[in-house]
Amino acid sequence: MGNFGQLMDGFAVALTAHHVMIMAVGVLLGLVVGVLPGLGAPNGVSLLLPLTFTMDPISAIILLTSMYWGALFGGSTTSILFNIPGEPSSVATTFDGYPLARQGQAVRALTLAFTSAGIGALTGVIVITLLSSWVANFAMRFGAAEYFAVYFMAFASFIGMAGGSPFKTLVSMMLGFAAATVGIDTISGESRLTFEIDELIGGISFLIAVIGLFGLGELLLTMEEGLKFEGVKAKLDMRTILRTVAEVPRYWVTLVRSALIGCWMGITPGGPTAASFMSYALGRRFSRRGRNFGKGEPEGIVAPETADHSAGSCALLPMLALGIPGSATAAVMMGGLMIWGLSPGPMLFSTRPDFVWGLIASMYMGNLIAVVLVLATVPLFAYILRAPFTVVGPMITIVCVIGAYTVANHVFDIWLALAFGIVGYVFKKLDYPLAPFVLAMVLGDKAEDAFRQAMLTSDGSPAIFFSNALVSTMMGLGILLLCLPLITVLFKGGLFGRPAAGDAEAHGRSA
Amino acid sequence: MPKHALTAFALTLSVVVPTAALAEWKPNRPVEFVAAAGPGGGTDTFARVVQSALSKNELLTTPIIVSNKSGGSGAETFIYAKSNKGDPYKLYFGTQDAYVLPLANKLSYSQKDLTPVAAMVFDPFILWVNPKTSGIEDVKGFIAKAKENPGQLKLGGAKAKEADETLMTLIEHKTGVDLTYIPYKSGSEAAIQVAGGHITANVNNPSESVEQWKAGVQKPLCVFESERLADKTVIADGMSWNDVPTCVEAGIDVKTFAQPRTIWAAADIPPEALAYYTELFTKAAGTPEFKGYQERGAQIPRLLTGDAFKDFIKQHEATYAEIYKANGWLRAEQ
Repeated sequence: MGNFGQLMDGFAVALTAHHVMIMAVGVLLGLVVGVLPGLGAPNGVSLLLPLTFTMDPISAIILLTSMYWGALFGGSTTSILFNIPGEPSSVATTFDGYPLARQGQAVRALTLAFTSAGIGALTGVIVITLLSSWVANFAMRFGAAEYFAVYFMAFASFIGMAGGSPFKTLVSMMLGFAAATVGIDTISGESRLTFEIDELIGGISFLIAVIGLFGLGELLLTMEEGLKFEGVKAKLDMRTILRTVAEVPRYWVTLVRSALIGCWMGITPGGPTAASFMSYALGRRFSRRGRNFGKGEPEGIVAPETADHSAGSCALLPMLALGIPGSATAAVMMGGLMIWGLSPGPMLFSTRPDFVWGLIASMYMGNLIAVVLVLATVPLFAYILRAPFTVVGPMITIVCVIGAYTVANHVFDIWLALAFGIVGYVFKKLDYPLAPFVLAMVLGDKAEDAFRQAMLTSDGSPAIFFSNALVSTMMGLGILLLCLPLITVLFKGGLFGRPAAGDAEAHGRSA
Repeated sequence: MPKHALTAFALTLSVVVPTAALAEWKPNRPVEFVAAAGPGGGTDTFARVVQSALSKNELLTTPIIVSNKSGGSGAETFIYAKSNKGDPYKLYFGTQDAYVLPLANKLSYSQKDLTPVAAMVFDPFILWVNPKTSGIEDVKGFIAKAKENPGQLKLGGAKAKEADETLMTLIEHKTGVDLTYIPYKSGSEAAIQVAGGHITANVNNPSESVEQWKAGVQKPLCVFESERLADKTVIADGMSWNDVPTCVEAGIDVKTFAQPRTIWAAADIPPEALAYYTELFTKAAGTPEFKGYQERGAQIPRLLTGDAFKDFIKQHEATYAEIYKANGWLRAEQ
């Protein structure tokens, strides 16, 4: 167990008073950054980067990663309280977190999210510890076709999830793909759907869309429903937090499944956002309480949060071992590595074991500190919901507008977010699901690039998607997931005479 | 317009004439460095290294903020420059993209919207393969294999119709082979695809593939420079950068194809500010931080400012325009 010995050396590096203090500071800064939508972990980390120039690389990376953990936790807070995802990866947390908070159980929702996130993160770090040397070689096996297969699985798991009209799911997903194509195309270098508007040449930021669709869209809906806000009932006692923490192990099946999905998507190029969506979709499909998803079901919070955080931790591994960042924040950190004079790559593990294992050890500590700190903030955040809607409503609007502007300092983005707010409202009124739209926006251009790269590599032959065991297995699983609803319906239809009706209903307010 | 020109003239008079001595200008509030690439990309690293060199050596004492505007392959940065005409507190970091992007795409900025400040260093290009999966050991082997399988050899690079693809078309012209280009989001991504054996070759800056070389999954075939790289420190297989032959030596007649790391300001910034920054970046190029960055990237230390830089731009743009024309990549109205 060479890794274990090295991990212990890593703890010796990471567990100095100086480094523990850095972790706490990083986590707190990350929380602030994560709570503000638009600012997000990548921006926060790049703001902090100049401060690290004068630090030694180990302290520097500990500061940046701790901030990342803090931001990942903070991102869920606004998802649950206001239906505004602070981070792209916490979009799926809104589906059940927000309904639960509206039922007056904000404390429970937040505690569930943070505890399961902590468990997810720790699983991710354990996977990194055990598999670090193997992952680099495994990730090398991913060519364009394999990349596409990963995305295909994420999409396939989602199509089955939509219990409502498959037509509406498809429309929503296609609109998402269209939004993802805006900007300069990687493969041809041509600009697409930009209508010669300068601000569109960089594409539509996913964060802008999410702030509009979820935050502003929900606000419009709440206003129409008569300015009711159930948060007033939120109870604020420590016992609720402790009771909820004790409740989490009950969802162990969801925890294990979600952590596995998360680690898989973090190591492969899927990333935390896709991981949280996929985990939510599969949770809904396979959980016994699946039909309650979207109505404030605890498992609907546990599933995306666990996956999000295990993917977030695992995403650091391809960055260190290959120099291919698994998430936007990892990309910023990789920039930092190069400025500190380190080159990410397969040799980093042997040339700078103190750095790599110090970092991995700090991930255990950092996440532990983050969970404790973040649980301590729960009463504070839940208290906000006690304010009447006439106060909270304008506050949400301001947060949304500032968030939209912060993404790229474009005034145009504020209008774009407002437009997305109206789209979100219309979607909900007409009962179109938002989740497929969002997923297509996140993964659309990546999936498209991978598909076209694969086609270029194979000279146009689709056989490349079944050319080896790895890609064939993934495509096979994807097709199975895609057909699963059909199989289920046929099966149930044959046995009981009619398909289950609960799903369609459950979907009503989910996305 | 005439009104504008008049104001500008009056301003010039009032600013330049009384304080005739140049280099009087000094920033008194934060300076923004806008990188025309996403975090972790080559241009981003460049901007941040300059930032750290300036602040660590206290060459610039006001805060420096680095932001990324990578949209539209970096065009977003230069469009942003256009909207900040005359603002000396914003500098724009890029490559040749500043003047090459408008060749192929209809963009709302042109070179007139930018003031060239400096080219601080040049990144050479290298042709890489994975010797194990491709069985290619040198340029001769590469050309032979490409001739055997016309159109079958896959060469990867960053983005479409930019430096990497341009270089590939040059290789094709000079050697008469037919390759297939596969664009990826970044050069490092293409390098990993070669290392994993999914594609045959890639063209890249040295720093993007050096770790794969050390791990034995990539091998440099030749460098697109007129002279070999200077660094003689052994890196892998008993070879140093200096042991990599030039492509001309090895049989591909492409003399030099280096990528400048450039810094720009918006149009119409005060001449004192330009003079100040020119001196500032000249100093920055001599700092240990920047030297370390050059060595790690096996870059070619060559600093261009003022007229020398302007001449270089003119000539470099013409070279690109010629290749773009031959490839049919120029945008419609040209």
